[in-house]
Amino acid sequence: MLRYAVKRIGLAVVILFTVMLAMYAMVFLVPGDPASLALGPRATPELKALLRERMGLDQPVLSQIWHFFASAATGDLGYDVWSKRPVLDQILEFFPNTLILGALALGWALVAGVALGCLAVVWRGRMIDRLLGVLSVSLISVPAFVVAIYALLVFAVWLRWLPAIGAGTPGDLVSQAKAVILPAFALGVGWVGYIARLVRASMLEVMGENHIRTARAFGLPESRIVLRYALRIAIIPTIAILAVGLGSVLSSAVFVETVFGRPGIGTLITGAVQKRNYPVVMGTVLFMTAFYLFIVTAADLLIARLDPRVRDVFRG
Amino acid sequence: MTGAVLQIEGLKLDYAVPGGRLHALRHVSLSIKKGEVLGIAGESGCGKSTLAAAMIGLTGANARQSAGTIRLGGQDMASLSEDDRRRLRGRKIAMVFQDPMTAFNPVLTIGGQLTDFQHNIEGLGRAEKRARAQAMLSRVGLSDPALIMGRYPHELSGGMRQRAAIAAALLLQPEVLIADEPTTALDVTMEAQIIHLFRELRDDYDGAMVIVTHHLGVIAELCDRVAIMYAGEVVEEGPVDAIYHGARHPYTRALMACDPAMIEGRTARLPTIGGALPDLRSPPPGCAFAPRCPLATDRCRAEAPPDVQLTAGHRALCHEVRP
Repeated sequence: MLRYAVKRIGLAVVILFTVMLAMYAMVFLVPGDPASLALGPRATPELKALLRERMGLDQPVLSQIWHFFASAATGDLGYDVWSKRPVLDQILEFFPNTLILGALALGWALVAGVALGCLAVVWRGRMIDRLLGVLSVSLISVPAFVVAIYALLVFAVWLRWLPAIGAGTPGDLVSQAKAVILPAFALGVGWVGYIARLVRASMLEVMGENHIRTARAFGLPESRIVLRYALRIAIIPTIAILAVGLGSVLSSAVFVETVFGRPGIGTLITGAVQKRNYPVVMGTVLFMTAFYLFIVTAADLLIARLDPRVRDVFRG
Repeated sequence: MTGAVLQIEGLKLDYAVPGGRLHALRHVSLSIKKGEVLGIAGESGCGKSTLAAAMIGLTGANARQSAGTIRLGGQDMASLSEDDRRRLRGRKIAMVFQDPMTAFNPVLTIGGQLTDFQHNIEGLGRAEKRARAQAMLSRVGLSDPALIMGRYPHELSGGMRQRAAIAAALLLQPEVLIADEPTTALDVTMEAQIIHLFRELRDDYDGAMVIVTHHLGVIAELCDRVAIMYAGEVVEEGPVDAIYHGARHPYTRALMACDPAMIEGRTARLPTIGGALPDLRSPPPGCAFAPRCPLATDRCRAEAPPDVQLTAGHRALCHEVRP
């Protein structure tokens, strides 16, 4: 298990390094000088030179990269070009909003998706199964921002049950909770259909295995067979997908955050890209990559917890 | 017949398959008495596993029973609701499955599963069921039952798993115990040990046992009576001694001749039965074995063979045998 963990962490460092190199390459390959783009057409050459120096763009590329990693390793992600605030402070200010949004979105999608998937398996081949199939595919194919706009229209504008924009008043949990409901709903809808299909497919596979027949031969009720004997195995691929899904949810959160005017990592990063605020872009990407790698590794360890066969592979 | 705990009469069962219906069981009649051990033998595809599955009512969604009755303790299974049939499983009738590798759920402990398998017994708490499970593991010859209770299936050897599967089937002292190829997935040493275990159990288990296998040696070791199946029919049935020493049906005789244990002296080639099983999507009108039978006449190919009573308890499905 320890050797496995060391291997995984080493791999994570390599992935982080590669991602950052790709980011640097992008900064230099995208046409246009960041400093002149940032300052506009009427900036003086002296002003541009000053900004380039402040962004560290006057140094050789390799030294820039080295500098970035060396300071990132000590927890210093640099300073915002415009506000001069530390990048890490901004990330830590915005990230919890996005994390809560993403976790709630996937959380309700998991509960609803597993329930619908199990229903489809219990009634397999019947009308309910076919209706759920159509529903799932429809849910998968509707983009999150479309759901967001309709949800906004119905629940915030027409019914006035929930606030339309923002993340709620800081310190007021009730208003924060109310503000997160619609965005989390919109972000999770597509995943409900996806998880339902996934759970149905892996459940059907598990239900055909010999040990399910054994459980039936001992007269166990079908509900117990589905929930204890089959779901515990069928849920494993879903967990692996969910970890990957969290990364995708966090990056697609930007659409929902834009529609609901909700501060978060998505709005932070798009704003920074538009203003060519490179330290913020790089810092945020590094942070998100690290977080994502952490989640994927945690999911693998959870799978090891659920499946004793995997656990033994790690032990050996 | 009175005293039969399991009685099957005129059972016909077919599967929906691409290109029609596969007639896996064509008019099967068998009965098993209390305390009796019946062997069911035949080559692959003869319907013996389907028959075992039909006995416990687990034939799969594409199967259809088109005729016949299965009576368990005198009760017609078809007259019960699915829920009532489910309540009989484990308690009245239990099964040991073919492949011990896959018969247990891989993510639950042996102890947890053996406790769950006592679902159909009333008035016992979970702790009592665990204690019963542990005692039964010890009875089937597993040396450290407390340890095995906490083990996952993949942590046990094939032989240990098969013992645990037998323990599971015996948990509720069922009236009928079906073992479907109980030794097929094991190596020879394990096979000998499991046969030995069955012999021991046979002495103090008072229910009926059905052992389904293609291994004639297993039947000779364990059974009182044997039914030979071919193409979905029981072609010969009788006491083990009568069949092994005086087989009458040409298929049984050919099958016995192919058993390597029956061959004396050296041989360069093992004997085989020429030809193949008929297509059970459209069974032939006459005897199913006729195309492979050395004694076959035109009548065999045209008319279904009669069920000939040879001696008490010995019958064969053939035009060419005489009592």
